Amino acid sequence: MSQQTINFTLNGVPTRVSVPVQMSALEMIRNVTGLTGTKYGCGEGECGACTIILDGVSLNSCLLFAVECDGRQVTTVEGLADDPLGRRIEKAFVDAGAVQCGFCTPGMVMQARQLLERNPRPSREEIQRGIEGNLCRCTGYVKIIDAIEAATKE
Amino acid sequence: MPETIQRDSLIGKRITKLDAPEKAGGKTRYIQDLDVQGQLYGKILRSARVHAKIKSIDTSAAKALPGVHAVITAADVPYQRPIGVAKDHFPLKTDRVRSLRDEIAAVAAETEAIAEAALKLIKVEYEDLPVLADPNDSLKPDAPLIHPEPHGATAKHDHLKQAQGIAYLGKPDNIAMTFDYQQGDVAAGERESDVVFEDTFHLHYVTHCCMGVSGIIAEFDPSGNLLMYSNTQVPFLHKREFAEILNMDPARIRIIQPPIGGGFGSKLDIYPFEPITVFLAKATGRPVKLVFTREEEFLASPTRQPVILTLRSGCKKDGTLTFRTVRTLHDNGAYTSWGATTPFVMMQTISSLYRVPHCLYHTKAVYTNNPYAGSFRGYGNLQATFAVEQHMDMMAEAIGMDPLEFRLKNAQDPGEVTPQGMHFKSCGFKECLTTAAEASGFLAKFKANEADKAKPGRFKRGVGMASMLHVGGGAKIYPSDGCGTILKMDDFGSVTLITGASEIGQGSETVLAQLVCEELGVPLSAVRVINNDTEITPWDVGVHASRTTFIAGNSAIGAARKARGKILDAAAKMAGLNAADLDLRAGHIVEAKNGTVVMTLAKLLRQLHFSDKAELVVTSFYYEPPSKHQDKHFKGDVSAAYAWATQVVEVEVDTDTGIVRLLKVTGAHDVGRILNRLGLEGQIEGGIVMGQGYALTEELMVENGVVRNPGFRDYKLVTAPEIPEMDVRFIETMDGEGPQGAKGVGEAPAICIAAATANAIYNATGVRIMALPFTPEKVYRALHAAKKEAA
Repeated sequence: MSQQTINFTLNGVPTRVSVPVQMSALEMIRNVTGLTGTKYGCGEGECGACTIILDGVSLNSCLLFAVECDGRQVTTVEGLADDPLGRRIEKAFVDAGAVQCGFCTPGMVMQARQLLERNPRPSREEIQRGIEGNLCRCTGYVKIIDAIEAATKE
Repeated sequence: MPETIQRDSLIGKRITKLDAPEKAGGKTRYIQDLDVQGQLYGKILRSARVHAKIKSIDTSAAKALPGVHAVITAADVPYQRPIGVAKDHFPLKTDRVRSLRDEIAAVAAETEAIAEAALKLIKVEYEDLPVLADPNDSLKPDAPLIHPEPHGATAKHDHLKQAQGIAYLGKPDNIAMTFDYQQGDVAAGERESDVVFEDTFHLHYVTHCCMGVSGIIAEFDPSGNLLMYSNTQVPFLHKREFAEILNMDPARIRIIQPPIGGGFGSKLDIYPFEPITVFLAKATGRPVKLVFTREEEFLASPTRQPVILTLRSGCKKDGTLTFRTVRTLHDNGAYTSWGATTPFVMMQTISSLYRVPHCLYHTKAVYTNNPYAGSFRGYGNLQATFAVEQHMDMMAEAIGMDPLEFRLKNAQDPGEVTPQGMHFKSCGFKECLTTAAEASGFLAKFKANEADKAKPGRFKRGVGMASMLHVGGGAKIYPSDGCGTILKMDDFGSVTLITGASEIGQGSETVLAQLVCEELGVPLSAVRVINNDTEITPWDVGVHASRTTFIAGNSAIGAARKARGKILDAAAKMAGLNAADLDLRAGHIVEAKNGTVVMTLAKLLRQLHFSDKAELVVTSFYYEPPSKHQDKHFKGDVSAAYAWATQVVEVEVDTDTGIVRLLKVTGAHDVGRILNRLGLEGQIEGGIVMGQGYALTEELMVENGVVRNPGFRDYKLVTAPEIPEMDVRFIETMDGEGPQGAKGVGEAPAICIAAATANAIYNATGVRIMALPFTPEKVYRALHAAKKEAA
């Protein structure tokens, strides 16, 4: 199994890891760097539980090779602790009742972060479109949409 | 210290979940996120055939792979006992496989990748057997047996046969379970009828799709005690069952539940992967972690039970219901789990949602080689309601009555005792009907759509209603339906609530904390809830049947009231006042009449060290109030209280493509009393969308025993842009036995949607579809067939 050493910034911290070339970014984040906020939900880019932000773009980390993070900025849900918009979104999720089992929540929060950065005043419909790649089995999405809407109003 | 404090209440408010901040921040550690020092990774080899004899298993190459610590088959665990509701299968299969999910061997290795590689090195020789894929075929006289008496098992296991069920005994036919119920005389009912309908409804396979996949960590300590980190919804029942399966002393089994990534009923039974992980831990002497892939979750977790339901019902011209006859055939799959017992719930809807004098109900769950069905939110009620509520609309139309009036005429009232013996003490059914109808403008829309139906146009609007009855005050399924609470208070006025009730995301810990705050006058931030360790928490039957708020809530209130009594007595003594004149508010002891502060709660609690020589620790147990359990004819109560709801669904049908869009759902729910409005809304909204998936998008496609769509790419959950507008109303009937008057609600919102959608499609198009889901293809074909017939 061929290994490769990569350097990248993880939530602002310079990081150097050696990973098998076929390892996914999700696996690296969870099992190599030990950050478990990014969740495995399906492994095929269908559920959004593993959403991260790579150089300012949200994507499913299960579909990304770890080695593709080399030289780039990776933000996971843990990185939002230092991010005012991220913190506002998290608080809005709590206040709106958008969290039930919570397993999809980190991915939702990351996707919401991406959506609001690109479109700070989205309509409800734009919010719905913005999170259509993130599945939730508990909430019926209503309160997640409420939360993202509330996070736009500071 | 404030001088006076007025009484405040959290009941009915929008209370955010206690565990939400850590979940939103990604800090919560689910089973997938837990690691135990020295752990190995487990993987299961599943059958490559749907139905076959196992001729041989060769594990030698897998065992030789570096990093592999154990490879086990049934031969390595001769002590294993059968599992499941009918004890009809071994965790590791012995002589044959009966479905594609069947567990043949398991590996424990240093990494998941090594375990995966080892599975590929195991060679299994099969001898194929004929496949039973259709439950109708299972009943044919020449059908192959799914559970013949195991070869060579007779003599060896004679002493275990009776106790250990079908896995040892075999089964001379393919009938897993039957239910028969009768009230009155359906033939007499039919003679009185002016209108009679008979139709067959087809209900499909769906599965839970918890966002967190299944997983477990099992380890033995040096003394041989077993610790499992488990997602189970029934930790205390598991403890007992694991003891049986493993032939262990239950006292030596401890279950810790990490936060659970969704339940919905999927975690009510023991599934093979759990004992298998324990076997691996035993074989290696190391902790073993086993977590499913999503594909495995689709293939090897339970489903909702598919049902073929034939309903014959009738009414008089004046709208009085006369009788119902129901025959159902349930596809049990290869093994028996809770799915087989759902008829028990279905018959409640059939006999008692409306007043029906005569009922006959026969049901069979039969073995096939399909995936086996478990319990799933609503527990058979979605299937029963789908049929019953469509016939209600059909009969109303036949006698020229509108659907609302017809339902109101037959709806139950408070105080009613049904022929099945169910006592409806609090019952807001009629209010649910009228509230949902008025809020949605049902009647006007219903008539307008009917008038528009025949007009040209591609898009047709429809409105439909359906109602439901479900357990709302615990479920008398097990001999006991209890829950225990330990409550302690510290020197600083903080409360630790130790409850048997499990949290699966539904928000029980928050509601329980609220109920405690109400009694003890402390802020929510002063309450900590411990609810996930069988070594610490008192017994509880598990999180199922919409029971936790009602049963665990009453238990928590019981403990809090005891503590309150002790505190007020002590305070009265210290202050020279009457306990009856005191109250607890915002962490203080106050005079009840004017709120004058007497002292802080923390100070009093510290004083108790000297006066009482006792820390403030109280215990309480709540058991469902005494009533007649159902007898062997299924007569009697199944719950201490019943939940009611009516949902009105509005759809748009694209007659060119068959696409049905859910535009709006108006729901009216009799919840007894609102405790946490935010959590309650969340349950209803989530349930509505789960019902939408059942009605429109979700189907586990099983062809000849093979699951064709084991992934989210082809198993379509509803996504955010597809959800309907929702208008949810609550009816507060203040149940006399409920905690602060509340009743259970967890399952209710998912139950009516499919039935109401069917009625709405009919209202839009004049075409009635009696099979789920309403995929574009199915709807298009139905519309097309109707057009052809008309031409």
